[in-house]
Amino acid sequence: MQNFEYANPGTLAEATALLGSTWSDAAILAGGTDLLSLMKDYRMTPKRVVNIKSIKGLDKVAKSGGGLAVGAAVTVDDFMENPAVRSEYPSLVQAAHGITSPQIRNMGTLGGDLCQRPRCWYFRNGHGLLGMANGKSLIDGGENRYHAIFPQGAAKFVSASSFAPALIALGAKLKISGKGGPREIALADFFVAPKSDTDREIALKPDEIVTEIMIPSAGGAKNATYEVRHRDALDWPLATASVVVKMKGNTVSSARIVMGHVGPTPVSADKAAAWLVGKAITAETAEAAGKAAVESAMPLSQNAYKVQLAKVAVKRALMMAAGLSV
Amino acid sequence: MATYTWPDMKNRKVIGQRLSRLDGIEKSSGKAKYSSDLMPDGLLHAVLLSSPHAHAIVRSIDTGAAEKMPGVKSIRVVAKAGTEVQWAGAEIAYVAATSEPAARDAARAIQVNYEVMPHFVKEDQIARAGNRAKAAGEQVTGDVDQGFKDAAAITEGEYAIPVITHCCLEPHGQMIEWKGEQINFYPSTQNVSGIGGDLARSLNVPASQIKVHMDHIGGGFGSKFPSDNWGKECANMSKDAGGAPVRMYLDRAQELTIAGVRPSHFAKIKVGAKADGTLTAWESTSWSTGGFTGGGMAPLPYVFTNMPNKRLNHTAVSINGGGARAWRAPNHPQASFLTCAALEDLAAKLNLDPIEVFSKNVQFTPRAETYIRQLKRAAVMIDWQKNWHPRGKGGNGSLKRGLGIGIATWGGLGHASRCLAKINADGTVEIMMGTQDLGTGTRTCIAQVVSETLGVPMNMVVVRIGDNSYPASGASGGSTTIGGISASSRKAAVEALDQLLDLVAPQLGVPKDQLQAVDSRISVKGNPDKAISWKAACQKLGPKSIEATGENNPKQPGGLINQGVGGIQMADVTVDIETGVVRMNKMVAVQDCGLIVNPKLAESQVNGACIMSICAALMEERIMDSVTGRVLNADMEFYKLAGVKDIGEIQVEMEIDEVNDKRGVIGLGEPCAVGGVAAIANAVANAIGVRVPSVPVTPDRVLSALYGNRMERMA
Amino acid sequence: MSDHQDLKKQSVSRRGFVQGAGAVTGAAALLEQEAQAQPAGKVMGPAAMTITLNVNGKPLKVSVEPRETLLDTLRHKLEHTGAKRVCDRGTCGACTVIVNNKVSYACSMLALDAVGKKIQTIESLTANGKTHPIVPAFNNNDAQQCGYCTPGFVMAAKGFLDRNPNPTYEQVKDGLGGNLCRCGTYVGVRQAVLEAAKKLKA
Repeated sequence: MQNFEYANPGTLAEATALLGSTWSDAAILAGGTDLLSLMKDYRMTPKRVVNIKSIKGLDKVAKSGGGLAVGAAVTVDDFMENPAVRSEYPSLVQAAHGITSPQIRNMGTLGGDLCQRPRCWYFRNGHGLLGMANGKSLIDGGENRYHAIFPQGAAKFVSASSFAPALIALGAKLKISGKGGPREIALADFFVAPKSDTDREIALKPDEIVTEIMIPSAGGAKNATYEVRHRDALDWPLATASVVVKMKGNTVSSARIVMGHVGPTPVSADKAAAWLVGKAITAETAEAAGKAAVESAMPLSQNAYKVQLAKVAVKRALMMAAGLSV
Repeated sequence: MATYTWPDMKNRKVIGQRLSRLDGIEKSSGKAKYSSDLMPDGLLHAVLLSSPHAHAIVRSIDTGAAEKMPGVKSIRVVAKAGTEVQWAGAEIAYVAATSEPAARDAARAIQVNYEVMPHFVKEDQIARAGNRAKAAGEQVTGDVDQGFKDAAAITEGEYAIPVITHCCLEPHGQMIEWKGEQINFYPSTQNVSGIGGDLARSLNVPASQIKVHMDHIGGGFGSKFPSDNWGKECANMSKDAGGAPVRMYLDRAQELTIAGVRPSHFAKIKVGAKADGTLTAWESTSWSTGGFTGGGMAPLPYVFTNMPNKRLNHTAVSINGGGARAWRAPNHPQASFLTCAALEDLAAKLNLDPIEVFSKNVQFTPRAETYIRQLKRAAVMIDWQKNWHPRGKGGNGSLKRGLGIGIATWGGLGHASRCLAKINADGTVEIMMGTQDLGTGTRTCIAQVVSETLGVPMNMVVVRIGDNSYPASGASGGSTTIGGISASSRKAAVEALDQLLDLVAPQLGVPKDQLQAVDSRISVKGNPDKAISWKAACQKLGPKSIEATGENNPKQPGGLINQGVGGIQMADVTVDIETGVVRMNKMVAVQDCGLIVNPKLAESQVNGACIMSICAALMEERIMDSVTGRVLNADMEFYKLAGVKDIGEIQVEMEIDEVNDKRGVIGLGEPCAVGGVAAIANAVANAIGVRVPSVPVTPDRVLSALYGNRMERMA
Repeated sequence: MSDHQDLKKQSVSRRGFVQGAGAVTGAAALLEQEAQAQPAGKVMGPAAMTITLNVNGKPLKVSVEPRETLLDTLRHKLEHTGAKRVCDRGTCGACTVIVNNKVSYACSMLALDAVGKKIQTIESLTANGKTHPIVPAFNNNDAQQCGYCTPGFVMAAKGFLDRNPNPTYEQVKDGLGGNLCRCGTYVGVRQAVLEAAKKLKA
């Protein structure tokens, strides 16, 4: 690890004042489970590390406007044990269960989950976000079994966030603070596909901090997350799907479907969701929605299997939301 | 002369007892000191700078800037200008500094200019190997063509098992100090008695100058025999720094890249059998790599060695990768997988239950009776009759259950071992031996042997191991440790007792051969009331102690130890055919054995081997990148090991009985680590109806085996 | 030579335990002071600084650079070598300690970040002549072979039992999902945790 200055500010204003105008000026430390690894591998070499865990209020889950306001420094464990979360958002609790390490759940934060860097092994081995060497993609002809089936341009890594698909399906927004003042952004717009290795995969500026996740009320909508994982031990999902379904009687009145670990951003399957409207959720319609959700997938040389996994994840998430056994 | 023969199974009080390990509390309380836990005052921390290139020539290396950095005490260049490095991770230079971060900063400041050369890192397609492939020459037995003509069914399959790494949790490395004439060497080694000599040779100093000490080792699995270049360079750096202790352990990426691998194996196998399953012919074309120096050769066909009509072709492939080291049961797990997979595929084609096919062919193995017995027993344990079904008849629904078989064989015996036993006047007993406990419970087993032999409680026996000042004992490899150390400690204890009996025989008025040491007393056989207590007997020693040595000579093993065991493992899995995810339901192991010193510890070894097999069958592989030439998963995130929840239930049965007991002690480390991969891979084939040709059996491979080219379209 | 000075300071600080009787109130006060000694917003480092860590209820003074992890600080400088460094990337759990009553990876926490927090290491389980039942349970059930993952497993199990005094077998499996073993000791580990749960209730 390259050495750095360290600060542990108590207020947001102090914290943002400590950030710089470039990514190499400062990094934000919350749970540390990703940042420290990145720094040990010299993938990130910030001159300063700003610990945001002492900032007052950032570790609180509060009811707000019918929904929840979740501080960015709330740990996964505190979040998944929160009664309001448990009662209204099974999709988020299920997503949390996918993080099978209690240690990570205790240390890792919601904000950290959203801001963590991709696990792409070309990126982690020093070949940049796009995995290039000598102007060529290492990913295309290389080991891409875990990579995107919905690549966006040259971005072929997958977004690592466990919560983003479920949060996006629920219509969550982020509050962000920076030197230019606070702003809000839909979580769906927070994830972006970088066009170059110097871009980031999230719409955050180097001097900004994600401070809060605003989750609207589920409003009685059924929601669920299904994850396909290789191991039960701490492992990254191969594909996930989160769904939010509003029902009118036996039929769907509106739906959102968001897939995770299949693209550089969470991938919304809007056509599939629209197709479901007016239909009852059965094994057959869920299967058809799954099929529609992956229709435009463009798998790489080794990961066609992930198309099938994403399809099954969508199908099973829908069935879970509808209370059917999968 | 004293007899060394083991006491009869019925008459034993300590050997064979399910005792907890003596150093268990030390370990589970965190107090056990591994050499990587030693942090003496004045310690220097060293790090290794590795090559980022798989094949390159070092054109220049400049340590000038690094030398001037704060805290740096010594820099040793391994790859001087002109050196050709042959794998990513290869050693370039070492830096020792007052702290690890300081050493790391300095290592990064070393300027190396490489001329990058072409590399070859993936051996899966032999056609691409070119002159990297070295054929071993064809071996033919019998009339292979006729054998296939005689067959009622012939199957042809391609099977693959990848390179895996040892992934010892305590990385390779050592703490070492070179003070004046003496080198104090604290390694993490499977070879306490031998590693000092190894280091002496590489440093060109007399072996007598090297003092080796190690209390515990955090995993070896065959990869920790030599002193390694890092041992030598850290000794040199200690000398440079005026004798300051230097500590260096590979980081995790280095550990997974250069500290040893198990060779891969790829094979095209054609096998024929009569309608009743009797094998008639075998033909295999195989290749493997173990790194730059080539690969091992799996003994094919495995176990069914004596079948007629075989044609074997094997090719070793050199790649630009870190080298192979012995990996628990070298070449056997690969051979077992390849053979058992081919046999179960053949059974499926013949419409036979694989147990029938295995049973029909045990005639071609060295121990037919053993395997028949084990197949029957394992089948009961896994409920074969209820849960097995013909291949592909796993019922409706997306979850398919299946069962499979794996077979194993191993030698054993015991390595050369010397033991010094001391009986003190206060009745305490000391055992000294330059052996090591790999985690199998060596200390505990020695104490049990000695306690049994002398008739004293375990807590009277102090076992000192892990130091090369003690009588030499062999390296722990090939399941030879328990044989070596149990024989030498038995003999040493018998000899020491013999001397004590000389002292007390006159008082008890019988010749010493009529005396026995039982229940903390020396008593007359057949007249146990005529006795003297152990303590009173020892008091007769006055100021002296008894010292006696015992030796196991592998060339003359005597009747105490033996070799040659078989084993059958069966697996029960559930496969989700929509996702390709495989979950373990159960694994059973029926393990042939000899005299078992401690069944609790023996079962742990077999449990552990089953779990290692689950890792290898479902998760583990070293993934190389063909363009960069580097290991992509040199971490514990994508180099996947099973977790607590991934293993299902495991049931182990040691075949402890009087017949086996009379064979003497036989090592267990390897034989139980062989058959599991085959059993699991076969269970998957049984579940889903098709063979997944490559392990680990990952979701992508399951789906690809099920749906092939349809996979892209099916979505 | 300045390096030599550094080394000397380091080895002195390694012994910098707060000594003496009546240390309880003194220690608490010191910890309090130390927590306040990190003024909000103040930028520290990159040079090494002296901090106090609350390890097993004792305030330990130690000099660290900002980049040093809690794990390396415990192992290299505070003579607490029970926690092991294995993956060093928050995956394997060999470094598990309990921070503010929650099982945590010491490899993924900066020492500076641990200031003011309650750190429990494996050494605490046999401190003051008392042994936590999880320690013998691992031995009774032979839940260890080489033993290198064991302290991490024991601490993960301890933290799990603190939260789940009546665990089911399935909960035990989930509760230890953050630790890995290479020798394959899970059969014993699962039994050990259930046995310790029983002992703790008795």
